[in-house]
Amino acid sequence: MSDRMTTLIDTLATPRSASPISDRVSAALRDLAASLRNALPAVIALAVLLAIWELLCRGEGAALPPPSRVIADTWPLIVDPFFDHGGVDKGMFWHLAASLKRVALGFSLAASVGIALGVLIGQSSLAYRGLDPIFQVLRTVPPLAWLPLSLAAFQQADPSAIFVIFITAIWPIILNTAVGIREIPQDYVNVARVLRLSPLEYFFKIMLPATVPYMFTGLKIGIGLSWLAIIAAEMLIGGVGIGFFIWDAWNSSLVSEIILALVYVGLVGFLLDRAISRLAARVGGRTRS
Amino acid sequence: MTAPYLSLEAVGMDFGAGAKSVCAVRDVNLAIEKGEVVSIIGHSGCGKSTLLNAIAGLLRATRGVVILDGKEVDDPGPDRAVVFQNHSLLPWLSAYDNVRLAVDKVFRGRKSAAERHAWTEHNLRLVHMDHAARKHPDELSGGMRQRIGIARALAMEPKVLLMDEPFGALDALTRAHLQDTLMEIQGRLRNTVITITHDVDEAVLLADRVVMMTNGPAATIGAVLRVDLPRPRKRLELTEHPGYIHARAELLRFLYQRHAAPAADAA
Repeated sequence: MSDRMTTLIDTLATPRSASPISDRVSAALRDLAASLRNALPAVIALAVLLAIWELLCRGEGAALPPPSRVIADTWPLIVDPFFDHGGVDKGMFWHLAASLKRVALGFSLAASVGIALGVLIGQSSLAYRGLDPIFQVLRTVPPLAWLPLSLAAFQQADPSAIFVIFITAIWPIILNTAVGIREIPQDYVNVARVLRLSPLEYFFKIMLPATVPYMFTGLKIGIGLSWLAIIAAEMLIGGVGIGFFIWDAWNSSLVSEIILALVYVGLVGFLLDRAISRLAARVGGRTRS
Repeated sequence: MTAPYLSLEAVGMDFGAGAKSVCAVRDVNLAIEKGEVVSIIGHSGCGKSTLLNAIAGLLRATRGVVILDGKEVDDPGPDRAVVFQNHSLLPWLSAYDNVRLAVDKVFRGRKSAAERHAWTEHNLRLVHMDHAARKHPDELSGGMRQRIGIARALAMEPKVLLMDEPFGALDALTRAHLQDTLMEIQGRLRNTVITITHDVDEAVLLADRVVMMTNGPAATIGAVLRVDLPRPRKRLELTEHPGYIHARAELLRFLYQRHAAPAADAA
Protein backbone atom coordinates (compact mmCIF):
# COMPACT_ATOMS: atom_id res chain seq x y z
CA MET A 1 0.00 0.00 0.00
CA SER A 2 2.69 2.41 1.00
CA ASP A 3 4.55 1.61 -2.20
CA ARG A 4 1.52 2.72 -4.11
CA MET A 5 1.38 5.80 -1.96
CA THR A 6 4.94 6.79 -2.76
CA THR A 7 4.30 6.20 -6.44
CA LEU A 8 1.35 8.50 -6.10
CA ILE A 9 3.52 11.13 -4.44
CA ASP A 10 6.07 10.68 -7.20
CA THR A 11 3.41 11.20 -9.83
CA LEU A 12 2.10 14.26 -8.06
CA ALA A 13 5.61 15.54 -7.71
CA THR A 14 6.43 15.27 -11.40
CA PRO A 15 6.94 18.83 -12.57
CA ARG A 16 4.40 19.97 -15.10
CA SER A 17 5.16 23.62 -15.43
CA ALA A 18 8.53 25.29 -15.70
CA SER A 19 7.94 27.69 -12.82
CA PRO A 20 10.80 27.55 -10.30
CA ILE A 21 8.54 27.49 -7.25
CA SER A 22 6.60 24.43 -8.32
CA ASP A 23 9.96 22.87 -9.26
CA ARG A 24 11.23 23.42 -5.77
CA VAL A 25 8.02 22.09 -4.23
CA SER A 26 8.09 19.02 -6.39
CA ALA A 27 11.77 18.45 -5.57
CA ALA A 28 10.93 18.68 -1.87
CA LEU A 29 8.07 16.23 -2.33
CA ARG A 30 10.37 13.84 -4.15
CA ASP A 31 12.91 14.07 -1.32
CA LEU A 32 10.18 13.40 1.21
CA ALA A 33 8.96 10.41 -0.76
CA ALA A 34 12.50 9.07 -1.01
CA SER A 35 13.20 9.41 2.70
CA LEU A 36 9.84 7.80 3.54
CA ARG A 37 10.77 4.90 1.32
CA ASN A 38 14.21 4.63 2.96
CA ALA A 39 12.83 4.71 6.50
CA LEU A 40 10.04 2.27 5.81
CA PRO A 41 11.93 -1.02 6.41
CA ALA A 42 13.27 0.27 9.73
CA VAL A 43 9.81 1.36 10.87
CA ILE A 44 8.33 -2.01 9.94
CA ALA A 45 11.14 -3.92 11.67
CA LEU A 46 10.67 -1.83 14.82
CA ALA A 47 6.94 -2.45 14.81
CA VAL A 48 7.47 -6.21 14.43
CA LEU A 49 10.02 -6.30 17.27
CA LEU A 50 7.72 -4.30 19.56
CA ALA A 51 4.84 -6.63 18.71
CA ILE A 52 6.90 -9.72 19.57
CA TRP A 53 8.02 -8.12 22.81
CA GLU A 54 4.42 -7.19 23.66
CA LEU A 55 3.26 -10.77 23.01
CA LEU A 56 6.08 -12.37 25.00
CA CYS A 57 5.67 -10.15 28.09
CA ARG A 58 1.94 -9.80 28.10
CA GLY A 59 1.03 -12.75 30.32
CA GLU A 60 0.79 -12.73 34.10
CA GLY A 61 4.10 -13.30 35.86
CA ALA A 62 6.32 -12.11 33.02
CA ALA A 63 9.65 -10.89 34.43
CA LEU A 64 9.76 -7.82 32.19
CA PRO A 65 6.98 -5.38 31.36
CA PRO A 66 5.64 -5.22 27.78
CA PRO A 67 6.14 -1.97 25.82
CA SER A 68 2.62 -0.77 26.55
CA ARG A 69 3.31 -1.04 30.30
CA VAL A 70 6.67 0.69 29.92
CA ILE A 71 5.05 3.65 28.25
CA ALA A 72 2.21 3.78 30.76
CA ASP A 73 4.60 3.56 33.75
CA THR A 74 7.06 6.13 32.49
CA TRP A 75 4.62 8.54 30.90
CA PRO A 76 5.33 11.32 33.45
CA LEU A 77 9.05 11.00 32.70
CA ILE A 78 8.51 11.03 28.95
CA VAL A 79 6.24 14.08 28.86
CA ASP A 80 8.27 16.17 31.31
CA PRO A 81 12.00 15.60 30.91
CA PHE A 82 12.85 18.96 32.48
CA PHE A 83 11.51 18.74 36.05
CA ASP A 84 13.92 19.25 38.91
CA HIS A 85 12.87 18.26 42.42
CA GLY A 86 16.34 18.62 43.84
CA GLY A 87 18.96 15.96 44.58
CA VAL A 88 18.91 13.18 42.04
CA ASP A 89 15.15 13.49 41.50
CA LYS A 90 15.39 15.21 38.14
CA GLY A 91 13.96 14.76 34.65
CA MET A 92 15.66 12.58 32.05
CA PHE A 93 17.06 15.64 30.32
CA TRP A 94 19.13 16.61 33.36
CA HIS A 95 20.50 13.10 33.79
CA LEU A 96 21.49 12.89 30.15
CA ALA A 97 22.93 16.40 30.23
CA ALA A 98 25.08 15.54 33.26
CA SER A 99 26.40 12.42 31.55
CA LEU A 100 27.03 14.28 28.30
CA LYS A 101 28.89 17.02 30.15
CA ARG A 102 31.28 14.44 31.63
CA VAL A 103 31.71 12.85 28.21
CA ALA A 104 32.33 16.21 26.60
CA LEU A 105 35.07 17.04 29.10
CA GLY A 106 36.74 13.65 29.13
CA PHE A 107 36.47 13.20 25.39
CA SER A 108 37.86 16.65 24.56
CA LEU A 109 40.82 15.94 26.80
CA ALA A 110 41.30 12.54 25.18
CA ALA A 111 41.06 14.05 21.69
CA SER A 112 43.67 16.75 22.34
CA VAL A 113 46.14 14.56 24.21
CA GLY A 114 45.46 11.58 21.94
CA ILE A 115 46.08 13.46 18.70
CA ALA A 116 49.24 14.99 20.12
CA LEU A 117 50.59 11.62 21.24
CA GLY A 118 49.50 10.05 17.95
CA VAL A 119 51.43 12.66 16.01
CA LEU A 120 54.44 12.02 18.24
CA ILE A 121 54.57 8.27 17.77
CA GLY A 122 53.55 8.53 14.12
CA GLN A 123 56.39 10.92 13.43
CA SER A 124 59.23 9.58 15.48
CA SER A 125 60.13 5.93 15.21
CA LEU A 126 62.03 6.22 18.49
CA ALA A 127 58.91 7.43 20.30
CA TYR A 128 56.96 4.71 18.52
CA ARG A 129 59.29 1.96 19.67
CA GLY A 130 59.30 3.36 23.19
CA LEU A 131 55.61 4.05 23.70
CA ASP A 132 53.70 1.71 21.42
CA PRO A 133 54.25 -1.44 23.52
CA ILE A 134 53.06 0.42 26.62
CA PHE A 135 49.98 1.73 24.81
CA GLN A 136 49.19 -1.71 23.45
CA VAL A 137 49.10 -3.13 26.98
CA LEU A 138 47.25 -0.23 28.60
CA ARG A 139 44.55 -0.06 25.96
CA THR A 140 43.35 -3.56 26.83
CA VAL A 141 42.60 -2.55 30.45
CA PRO A 142 38.78 -2.35 30.73
CA PRO A 143 37.45 1.14 31.50
CA LEU A 144 35.94 0.24 34.87
CA ALA A 145 39.22 -1.21 36.08
CA TRP A 146 40.58 2.35 36.04
CA LEU A 147 37.79 3.66 38.27
CA PRO A 148 39.11 2.55 41.70
CA LEU A 149 42.54 3.88 40.81
CA SER A 150 41.19 7.24 39.69
CA LEU A 151 38.97 7.47 42.78
CA ALA A 152 42.04 6.91 44.87
CA ALA A 153 43.95 9.55 42.94
CA PHE A 154 41.25 12.25 42.66
CA GLN A 155 39.29 11.53 45.87
CA GLN A 156 36.17 12.84 44.14
CA ALA A 157 33.49 11.27 41.99
CA ASP A 158 33.31 13.72 39.11
CA PRO A 159 36.98 14.01 38.14
CA SER A 160 37.25 10.23 38.49
CA ALA A 161 34.44 9.67 36.01
CA ILE A 162 35.97 12.16 33.60
CA PHE A 163 39.32 10.46 33.92
CA VAL A 164 37.74 7.08 33.12
CA ILE A 165 36.30 8.54 29.93
CA PHE A 166 39.61 10.10 29.05
CA ILE A 167 41.56 6.90 29.54
CA THR A 168 38.97 4.86 27.65
CA ALA A 169 38.71 7.11 24.61
CA ILE A 170 42.36 8.03 24.22
CA TRP A 171 43.80 4.74 22.88
CA PRO A 172 41.95 4.48 19.59
CA ILE A 173 42.62 8.18 18.99
CA ILE A 174 46.35 7.79 19.56
CA LEU A 175 46.70 4.62 17.53
CA ASN A 176 44.62 5.75 14.56
CA THR A 177 46.32 9.12 14.37
CA ALA A 178 49.70 7.40 14.41
CA VAL A 179 48.68 5.02 11.63
CA GLY A 180 47.39 7.97 9.59
CA ILE A 181 50.71 9.74 9.88
CA ARG A 182 52.73 6.70 8.96
CA GLU A 183 50.45 6.13 5.95
CA ILE A 184 51.02 9.58 4.44
CA PRO A 185 51.87 8.75 0.80
CA GLN A 186 55.53 9.18 -0.11
CA ASP A 187 54.39 11.38 -3.01
CA TYR A 188 53.08 14.04 -0.64
CA VAL A 189 56.30 13.90 1.32
CA ASN A 190 58.26 14.35 -1.91
CA VAL A 191 56.12 17.33 -2.89
CA ALA A 192 56.87 18.87 0.49
CA ARG A 193 60.58 18.22 0.05
CA VAL A 194 60.72 19.71 -3.44
CA LEU A 195 58.87 22.78 -2.17
CA ARG A 196 61.11 22.91 0.91
CA LEU A 197 58.19 23.27 3.29
CA SER A 198 59.23 24.08 6.83
CA PRO A 199 58.25 21.59 9.55
CA LEU A 200 55.39 23.85 10.60
CA GLU A 201 54.14 24.26 7.02
CA TYR A 202 54.46 20.51 6.53
CA PHE A 203 52.39 19.91 9.64
CA PHE A 204 49.52 22.18 8.64
CA LYS A 205 49.52 21.77 4.86
CA ILE A 206 50.30 18.08 4.45
CA MET A 207 50.32 16.06 7.64
CA LEU A 208 47.12 17.33 9.23
CA PRO A 209 44.89 17.16 6.15
CA ALA A 210 46.32 13.78 5.13
CA THR A 211 45.68 12.33 8.59
CA VAL A 212 42.21 13.74 9.23
CA PRO A 213 40.27 10.65 8.09
CA TYR A 214 42.35 8.41 10.35
CA MET A 215 41.92 10.79 13.27
CA PHE A 216 38.19 10.73 12.81
CA THR A 217 38.15 6.95 12.75
CA GLY A 218 39.83 7.13 16.16
CA LEU A 219 37.51 9.86 17.40
CA LYS A 220 34.47 7.87 16.30
CA ILE A 221 35.59 4.75 18.13
CA GLY A 222 36.56 6.95 21.08
CA ILE A 223 33.19 8.65 21.44
CA GLY A 224 31.43 5.28 21.34
CA LEU A 225 33.70 3.91 24.06
CA SER A 226 33.26 7.07 26.14
CA TRP A 227 29.53 6.67 26.14
CA LEU A 228 29.87 3.01 27.12
CA ALA A 229 32.24 3.89 29.92
CA ILE A 230 30.29 6.78 31.41
CA ILE A 231 27.14 4.74 31.92
CA ALA A 232 29.10 2.05 33.76
CA ALA A 233 31.14 4.54 35.77
CA GLU A 234 28.09 6.52 36.86
CA MET A 235 26.44 3.35 38.14
CA LEU A 236 29.28 3.09 40.61
CA ILE A 237 29.92 6.71 41.53
CA GLY A 238 26.30 7.87 41.86
CA GLY A 239 25.09 11.47 41.60
CA VAL A 240 23.13 12.92 38.72
CA GLY A 241 23.65 11.05 35.46
CA ILE A 242 21.91 8.54 33.28
CA GLY A 243 24.08 5.68 34.55
CA PHE A 244 23.09 6.31 38.14
CA PHE A 245 19.50 6.80 37.06
CA ILE A 246 19.52 3.23 35.74
CA TRP A 247 21.11 1.88 38.91
CA ASP A 248 18.67 3.80 41.07
CA ALA A 249 15.73 2.47 39.06
CA TRP A 250 17.03 -1.07 39.53
CA ASN A 251 17.32 -0.56 43.28
CA SER A 252 13.73 0.67 43.35
CA SER A 253 12.59 -2.19 41.08
CA LEU A 254 11.34 0.27 38.46
CA VAL A 255 12.07 -1.91 35.44
CA SER A 256 10.06 0.31 33.09
CA GLU A 257 12.31 3.26 33.95
CA ILE A 258 15.37 1.17 33.19
CA ILE A 259 13.98 0.37 29.77
CA LEU A 260 13.16 4.01 29.07
CA ALA A 261 16.69 4.98 30.12
CA LEU A 262 18.18 2.35 27.82
CA VAL A 263 16.23 3.76 24.89
CA TYR A 264 17.62 7.21 25.66
CA VAL A 265 21.14 5.88 26.09
CA GLY A 266 20.92 4.14 22.71
CA LEU A 267 19.55 7.21 20.97
CA VAL A 268 22.15 9.55 22.45
CA GLY A 269 24.98 7.15 21.59
CA PHE A 270 23.68 6.96 18.04
CA LEU A 271 23.49 10.76 17.79
CA LEU A 272 27.02 11.17 19.13
CA ASP A 273 28.32 8.72 16.54
CA ARG A 274 26.43 10.51 13.77
CA ALA A 275 27.68 13.89 14.92
CA ILE A 276 31.31 12.77 14.61
CA SER A 277 30.62 11.20 11.21
CA ARG A 278 29.02 14.43 10.02
CA LEU A 279 31.97 16.43 11.24
CA ALA A 280 34.38 14.01 9.57
CA ALA A 281 32.56 14.30 6.26
CA ARG A 282 32.72 18.08 6.44
CA VAL A 283 36.34 18.34 7.48
CA GLY A 284 37.89 15.49 5.58
CA GLY A 285 35.77 15.08 2.48
CA ARG A 286 38.67 15.08 0.07
CA THR A 287 41.64 13.69 1.82
CA ARG A 288 42.35 10.84 -0.55
CA SER A 289 42.05 10.98 -4.29
CA MET B 1 84.75 25.34 -23.26
CA THR B 2 82.19 26.49 -20.72
CA ALA B 3 80.78 24.15 -18.10
CA PRO B 4 77.43 22.59 -19.04
CA TYR B 5 74.25 23.83 -17.35
CA LEU B 6 73.53 20.49 -15.71
CA SER B 7 76.14 17.81 -15.41
CA LEU B 8 76.19 14.36 -13.90
CA GLU B 9 79.71 13.25 -13.13
CA ALA B 10 80.39 9.59 -12.42
CA VAL B 11 77.06 9.33 -10.61
CA GLY B 12 76.42 6.00 -8.93
CA MET B 13 73.78 4.82 -6.54
CA ASP B 14 73.95 1.89 -4.13
CA PHE B 15 71.02 0.79 -2.04
CA GLY B 16 71.58 -0.89 1.29
CA ALA B 17 74.86 -1.04 3.12
CA GLY B 18 77.76 -3.42 3.49
CA ALA B 19 77.80 -6.82 1.83
CA LYS B 20 74.10 -6.67 0.99
CA SER B 21 74.31 -3.40 -0.89
CA VAL B 22 72.99 -3.41 -4.43
CA CYS B 23 74.37 -1.13 -7.09
CA ALA B 24 71.40 0.34 -8.97
CA VAL B 25 73.20 2.83 -11.18
CA ARG B 26 76.91 3.32 -11.89
CA ASP B 27 79.20 5.66 -13.78
CA VAL B 28 76.61 7.96 -15.27
CA ASN B 29 78.20 10.90 -17.05
CA LEU B 30 75.89 13.31 -18.77
CA ALA B 31 76.06 16.97 -19.70
CA ILE B 32 72.88 18.85 -20.50
CA GLU B 33 72.69 22.32 -22.01
CA LYS B 34 70.26 25.01 -21.01
CA GLY B 35 67.00 24.70 -22.93
CA GLU B 36 67.70 21.14 -23.96
CA VAL B 37 65.09 18.39 -23.75
CA VAL B 38 66.52 15.02 -22.82
CA SER B 39 64.57 11.77 -22.67
CA ILE B 40 65.85 8.86 -20.63
CA ILE B 41 64.61 5.51 -21.86
CA GLY B 42 65.18 1.96 -20.70
CA HIS B 43 63.46 -1.16 -19.50
CA SER B 44 61.81 -1.38 -16.09
CA GLY B 45 64.35 -1.59 -13.31
CA CYS B 46 67.10 0.13 -15.28
CA GLY B 47 67.45 2.86 -12.69
CA LYS B 48 65.81 5.65 -14.72
CA SER B 49 63.81 6.86 -11.76
CA THR B 50 66.79 6.49 -9.44
CA LEU B 51 68.76 8.75 -11.72
CA LEU B 52 65.96 11.32 -11.87
CA ASN B 53 65.60 11.26 -8.09
CA ALA B 54 69.33 11.87 -7.77
CA ILE B 55 69.02 14.97 -9.95
CA ALA B 56 65.95 16.06 -7.97
CA GLY B 57 67.90 15.56 -4.76
CA LEU B 58 65.21 13.28 -3.38
CA LEU B 59 67.90 10.59 -3.28
CA ARG B 60 71.51 11.35 -2.67
CA ALA B 61 73.95 9.84 -5.13
CA THR B 62 76.28 7.54 -3.25
CA ARG B 63 79.05 8.19 -5.76
CA GLY B 64 79.79 11.11 -8.06
CA VAL B 65 78.11 14.50 -8.15
CA VAL B 66 75.25 16.31 -9.83
CA ILE B 67 76.06 19.93 -10.63
CA LEU B 68 73.33 22.35 -11.70
CA ASP B 69 74.25 25.87 -12.79
CA GLY B 70 77.57 25.68 -10.97
CA LYS B 71 76.17 24.34 -7.70
CA GLU B 72 76.26 20.83 -6.35
CA VAL B 73 72.86 19.26 -5.80
CA ASP B 74 72.51 17.75 -2.34
CA ASP B 75 68.88 18.25 -1.38
CA PRO B 76 65.52 18.67 -3.13
CA GLY B 77 64.42 22.15 -4.10
CA PRO B 78 62.06 24.07 -6.32
CA ASP B 79 64.80 24.84 -8.87
CA ARG B 80 64.42 21.17 -9.85
CA ALA B 81 60.66 20.81 -9.97
CA VAL B 82 59.42 17.27 -10.38
CA VAL B 83 56.32 16.12 -12.24
CA PHE B 84 55.56 12.79 -10.62
CA GLN B 85 54.11 9.85 -12.47
CA ASN B 86 50.88 9.79 -10.47
CA HIS B 87 50.42 13.58 -10.41
CA SER B 88 50.71 13.67 -6.58
CA LEU B 89 48.40 16.62 -6.26
CA LEU B 90 47.17 17.22 -2.74
CA PRO B 91 43.55 15.99 -2.88
CA TRP B 92 42.29 18.40 -0.22
CA LEU B 93 43.33 21.42 -2.30
CA SER B 94 41.70 22.69 -5.49
CA ALA B 95 43.71 22.78 -8.71
CA TYR B 96 44.35 26.47 -8.12
CA ASP B 97 45.42 25.94 -4.51
CA ASN B 98 47.77 23.12 -5.47
CA VAL B 99 49.60 25.47 -7.82
CA ARG B 100 49.25 28.41 -5.46
CA LEU B 101 50.90 26.45 -2.64
CA ALA B 102 54.02 26.10 -4.79
CA VAL B 103 53.84 29.71 -6.00
CA ASP B 104 53.47 31.05 -2.45
CA LYS B 105 56.37 28.96 -1.22
CA VAL B 106 58.75 29.91 -4.04
CA PHE B 107 57.84 33.57 -4.54
CA ARG B 108 56.91 34.73 -1.05
CA GLY B 109 58.75 37.95 -0.46
CA ARG B 110 59.54 38.41 -4.14
CA LYS B 111 56.02 38.82 -5.49
CA SER B 112 52.96 40.47 -3.97
CA ALA B 113 49.84 38.41 -3.28
CA ALA B 114 48.19 39.85 -6.39
CA GLU B 115 51.22 38.95 -8.51
CA ARG B 116 51.27 35.43 -7.07
CA HIS B 117 47.58 35.08 -7.89
CA ALA B 118 48.18 36.25 -11.45
CA TRP B 119 51.18 33.95 -11.81
CA THR B 120 49.14 30.96 -10.58
CA GLU B 121 46.39 31.70 -13.09
CA HIS B 122 48.95 32.24 -15.83
CA ASN B 123 50.43 28.80 -15.29
CA LEU B 124 47.01 27.17 -15.22
CA ARG B 125 46.31 28.87 -18.55
CA LEU B 126 49.59 27.55 -19.95
CA VAL B 127 48.41 23.98 -19.48
CA HIS B 128 44.86 24.91 -20.63
CA MET B 129 43.39 24.26 -17.21
CA ASP B 130 42.19 27.75 -16.23
CA HIS B 131 38.58 26.54 -16.57
CA ALA B 132 39.11 23.88 -13.88
CA ALA B 133 40.95 26.04 -11.35
CA ARG B 134 38.33 25.59 -8.64
CA LYS B 135 37.96 21.86 -9.11
CA HIS B 136 39.53 19.33 -6.79
CA PRO B 137 41.73 16.51 -8.07
CA ASP B 138 39.01 13.91 -7.55
CA GLU B 139 36.81 15.83 -9.96
CA LEU B 140 39.42 15.81 -12.72
CA SER B 141 40.46 13.16 -15.21
CA GLY B 142 43.93 11.63 -15.13
CA GLY B 143 45.13 13.83 -17.97
CA MET B 144 43.78 16.98 -16.33
CA ARG B 145 45.46 16.11 -13.03
CA GLN B 146 48.74 15.65 -14.82
CA ARG B 147 48.29 19.05 -16.49
CA ILE B 148 47.86 20.61 -13.05
CA GLY B 149 50.98 18.75 -11.92
CA ILE B 150 52.87 20.26 -14.83
CA ALA B 151 51.47 23.71 -14.06
CA ARG B 152 52.62 23.38 -10.46
CA ALA B 153 56.11 22.41 -11.58
CA LEU B 154 56.32 25.18 -14.21
CA ALA B 155 55.06 27.75 -11.72
CA MET B 156 58.20 27.21 -9.62
CA GLU B 157 60.24 28.53 -12.56
CA PRO B 158 62.64 25.63 -12.19
CA LYS B 159 66.08 25.60 -13.75
CA VAL B 160 65.32 22.11 -14.88
CA LEU B 161 61.97 20.39 -15.16
CA LEU B 162 62.14 16.73 -14.16
CA MET B 163 59.40 14.43 -15.35
CA ASP B 164 59.14 10.86 -14.08
CA GLU B 165 57.10 8.99 -16.70
CA PRO B 166 54.64 11.87 -16.64
CA PHE B 167 52.25 10.39 -19.18
CA GLY B 168 52.76 6.72 -18.38
CA ALA B 169 49.39 6.24 -16.70
CA LEU B 170 47.35 7.96 -19.42
CA ASP B 171 45.56 6.58 -22.44
CA ALA B 172 47.17 7.11 -25.85
CA LEU B 173 44.99 10.02 -26.99
CA THR B 174 45.30 11.95 -23.74
CA ARG B 175 49.03 11.28 -23.77
CA ALA B 176 49.33 12.76 -27.27
CA HIS B 177 47.48 15.92 -26.17
CA LEU B 178 49.77 16.36 -23.19
CA GLN B 179 52.88 15.78 -25.26
CA ASP B 180 51.71 18.50 -27.64
CA THR B 181 51.03 20.87 -24.74
CA LEU B 182 54.43 20.17 -23.27
CA MET B 183 56.18 20.81 -26.60
CA GLU B 184 54.20 24.00 -27.10
CA ILE B 185 55.18 25.30 -23.66
CA GLN B 186 58.81 24.25 -23.99
CA GLY B 187 58.92 25.93 -27.40
CA ARG B 188 57.83 29.20 -25.80
CA LEU B 189 59.70 29.10 -22.51
CA ARG B 190 62.78 27.11 -23.57
CA ASN B 191 62.78 25.10 -20.37
CA THR B 192 65.46 22.56 -19.71
CA VAL B 193 63.59 19.28 -19.42
CA ILE B 194 64.53 15.76 -18.45
CA THR B 195 61.76 13.28 -19.02
CA ILE B 196 61.76 9.60 -18.27
CA THR B 197 59.78 7.35 -20.54
CA HIS B 198 59.45 3.80 -21.70
CA ASP B 199 57.70 4.87 -24.88
CA VAL B 200 59.96 5.00 -27.94
CA ASP B 201 57.73 7.41 -29.87
CA GLU B 202 57.46 9.77 -26.94
CA ALA B 203 61.22 9.81 -26.49
CA VAL B 204 61.87 10.70 -30.14
CA LEU B 205 59.00 13.17 -30.36
CA LEU B 206 59.97 15.20 -27.30
CA ALA B 207 63.72 15.03 -27.03
CA ASP B 208 66.76 16.69 -28.51
CA ARG B 209 68.72 13.76 -27.17
CA VAL B 210 67.61 10.33 -26.02
CA VAL B 211 69.68 8.67 -23.32
CA MET B 212 69.41 4.90 -23.45
CA MET B 213 70.04 2.98 -20.26
CA THR B 214 71.40 -0.54 -20.06
CA ASN B 215 69.58 -3.06 -17.88
CA GLY B 216 70.02 -3.07 -14.12
CA PRO B 217 71.41 -3.84 -11.67
CA ALA B 218 74.43 -1.61 -12.11
CA ALA B 219 72.76 0.12 -15.04
CA THR B 220 74.49 2.90 -16.89
CA ILE B 221 74.16 4.91 -20.07
CA GLY B 222 74.39 2.53 -23.05
CA ALA B 223 74.12 5.05 -25.83
CA VAL B 224 72.97 8.58 -26.52
CA LEU B 225 71.03 9.41 -29.66
CA ARG B 226 70.76 12.94 -30.99
CA VAL B 227 67.38 13.68 -32.55
CA ASP B 228 67.87 16.40 -35.15
CA LEU B 229 64.28 16.97 -36.10
CA PRO B 230 63.09 20.51 -36.78
CA ARG B 231 60.85 22.19 -34.22
CA PRO B 232 58.00 22.77 -33.81
CA ARG B 233 57.41 19.11 -34.33
CA LYS B 234 54.10 17.88 -35.67
CA ARG B 235 53.41 14.25 -34.89
CA LEU B 236 51.58 13.60 -38.16
CA GLU B 237 54.35 14.97 -40.38
CA LEU B 238 56.97 13.16 -38.35
CA THR B 239 55.57 9.69 -38.98
CA GLU B 240 56.83 9.96 -42.59
CA HIS B 241 60.04 11.83 -41.75
CA PRO B 242 63.17 9.75 -42.51
CA GLY B 243 64.98 11.21 -39.48
CA TYR B 244 62.14 10.17 -37.22
CA ILE B 245 61.95 6.68 -38.65
CA HIS B 246 65.68 6.30 -38.30
CA ALA B 247 65.77 7.50 -34.69
CA ARG B 248 62.89 5.24 -33.80
CA ALA B 249 64.63 2.25 -35.36
CA GLU B 250 67.82 3.05 -33.47
CA LEU B 251 65.99 3.07 -30.15
CA LEU B 252 64.13 -0.14 -30.92
CA ARG B 253 67.37 -1.85 -31.90
CA PHE B 254 68.97 -0.76 -28.65
CA LEU B 255 66.06 -1.80 -26.47
CA TYR B 256 65.11 -5.07 -28.08
CA GLN B 257 68.34 -6.33 -29.64
CA ARG B 258 71.35 -5.10 -27.76
CA HIS B 259 69.74 -4.74 -24.35
CA ALA B 260 66.62 -6.85 -24.46
CA ALA B 261 64.76 -6.99 -21.16
CA PRO B 262 65.98 -9.80 -18.95
CA ALA B 263 63.65 -12.77 -19.38
CA ALA B 264 62.36 -12.60 -15.83
CA ASP B 265 61.30 -8.98 -16.19
CA ALA B 266 60.09 -9.25 -19.76
CA ALA B 267 56.50 -9.77 -18.70
